[in-house]
Amino acid sequence: MVSKVPGLVRYIVVRGLMVIPTILVLYTFVFLILRVLPGDPVLAVIGTRYIPPEQLERLRELAGLNKPLYEQYLSYLLGILRFDFGVTLVAPQGVPVWDYIKLRFPATLELTVAAFLISVIIGIITGILSAYFRGTILDESLRIYSVLAYTLFIPWFGMILQYIFGVKLQLLPTGGRISPGVHLESITGLYTVDSIVTLNLSAFIDSLKHLLLPSLTLGIVLSGAYTRLVRNNMIDVLVSEFVRSYKARGIREWKIALYSFKNAFIPTVTLMGLQFAILLGGAILTETTFNWPGMGTFIVDRIEYRDYNSIQGAIIFFALMVGLVSLIVDMVYALIDPRVRY
Amino acid sequence: MFIFPSIASLIKLPGSLKIIVGVLIVFIVFLAGLLAPIIAPYDPVKSAGPPLTPPSPKNLMGTDHLGFDVFSRIVWGSRIVLQVVISATLVALIVGVILGIVSGFYGGLLDRLLSMIMDSLYAFPSLILAIAIAAVLGPSPYNAAIAIATVYIPTYYRMIRGQTLSIKSQLYVEAAIAAGLRDRTVMLSYIFPNLIYTILVILTLNIADAILTEAGLSFLGLTVSPPTPDWGFDLRIGQRFLLSGYWWLSVFPGLAIMVLALGFALIGEGLSDRLQLRGLR
Repeated sequence: MVSKVPGLVRYIVVRGLMVIPTILVLYTFVFLILRVLPGDPVLAVIGTRYIPPEQLERLRELAGLNKPLYEQYLSYLLGILRFDFGVTLVAPQGVPVWDYIKLRFPATLELTVAAFLISVIIGIITGILSAYFRGTILDESLRIYSVLAYTLFIPWFGMILQYIFGVKLQLLPTGGRISPGVHLESITGLYTVDSIVTLNLSAFIDSLKHLLLPSLTLGIVLSGAYTRLVRNNMIDVLVSEFVRSYKARGIREWKIALYSFKNAFIPTVTLMGLQFAILLGGAILTETTFNWPGMGTFIVDRIEYRDYNSIQGAIIFFALMVGLVSLIVDMVYALIDPRVRY
Repeated sequence: MFIFPSIASLIKLPGSLKIIVGVLIVFIVFLAGLLAPIIAPYDPVKSAGPPLTPPSPKNLMGTDHLGFDVFSRIVWGSRIVLQVVISATLVALIVGVILGIVSGFYGGLLDRLLSMIMDSLYAFPSLILAIAIAAVLGPSPYNAAIAIATVYIPTYYRMIRGQTLSIKSQLYVEAAIAAGLRDRTVMLSYIFPNLIYTILVILTLNIADAILTEAGLSFLGLTVSPPTPDWGFDLRIGQRFLLSGYWWLSVFPGLAIMVLALGFALIGEGLSDRLQLRGLR
């Protein structure tokens, strides 16, 4: 028992350090794309307009382009440590990108967390059903579901839901996070959480209604992978020696199911980590489809302005998030499966 | 009769139904793209009737807001998605496989460095990375292909490197190395042939993924400029009219994207079922 805790701590520290190269590689990659590929970021912003030389110089300074390449690389890297992701180049000029991230990220977080929960819940239920009734029509249709869900194109699926629930049935809003007239005090930026904290029932219902279609869209698309994984793992466990011996000993069916699921759950955690990247990518399309004011729509807006500073900041922020989540997943893994710790 | 397996026994192999359906879908879409001038009833960028006409025998999938025939646009649009996706995945495949074999075969510092870079890129959302690259290069099918190729190199690299490592430790490869064959010969004639089936599985599954990524880039306006027919972009345009009830502008292009992705996914799944049968996984 004594050696158990230091093992876990050491594991977490080692894993934490391993995230650093990942982030460095991604930062370098994004930096190189934006600096070395053809096209000057500043000239891209200006387009064909005429700009006086001193204004051009100011733009170059804002973009950090007036310094040598290695200095740009290092100073931006050091800036990240202070949450300095550079400033916007246009519309409006000179606003810290971090201000936008603070404003937009909670929206993306709310959407992705909701979608994540939906995908895991649907995936686990369908996976268990599929495993229990393996070989039946239910199993076959759930297996088809898992392939179809994977090939669903997020904007298309979102639009179908918009059309059914928004246009035809008029039940749910088709875009935005909250209705214009609803007042809500922003604390965390997660509207559903804020409305609960401030005991604002009408805002809670309204924000939940707005959240439902986007998170359902993203959640269902991602659920297919869990369906399949949970099914296959459950079957592996259900036919294993220990389940057979439980059955022989007359242990109740539902208890066996519980034990089986615990064992089948560990690989599911790995998938959750892998799915996070797909979740973020899918969020961009979901946000664009539902006009959801998160990081995805921020990037798309900034692409239209050709504001590379903002794009770079947003993408590096995403890289930090990916690193953080992989770390969290590994820690969860170490907690639920003692074999992982050394 | 004993040498050639009957069709019935071929179908009994695991995954056959998936492969057959998948190949059929892909074949039809390829044919549509190839024979677009013959199949499409109208010019995709010329008015074929009043704007926003619902589907009818005259316009099978209706007309869009400019009066263009939606069906003809989908037939022509298959060309863009096929060209972009096939060229992008082939480039990713060639680069990823070469780096993967070399990295797995030689090991050492190069292997560690490459693995670190590829693992990092793999961990990042491929769509977001593709958006960044395509946005910097500017919207065009060519640039979209470069972006998609870049983000999928790690997919091939990781799989091939892993397989190379396990094949390398097989006796016949060790014998070939001990016999003094040149490294290139060992990699090309002893390792690569054993990777072909794996490559085929990854390729088909990856193409399915790449189709959705390409559609994503198109949806965000990073592939073509109007009025070029393109599934993802037409879907985006269609959304504006969907909320007013004109569903056919977006439903059909989206279906086209998914059916094609499904076709490749089915082939990949079927091949992967067979791979498991052969005990390679």
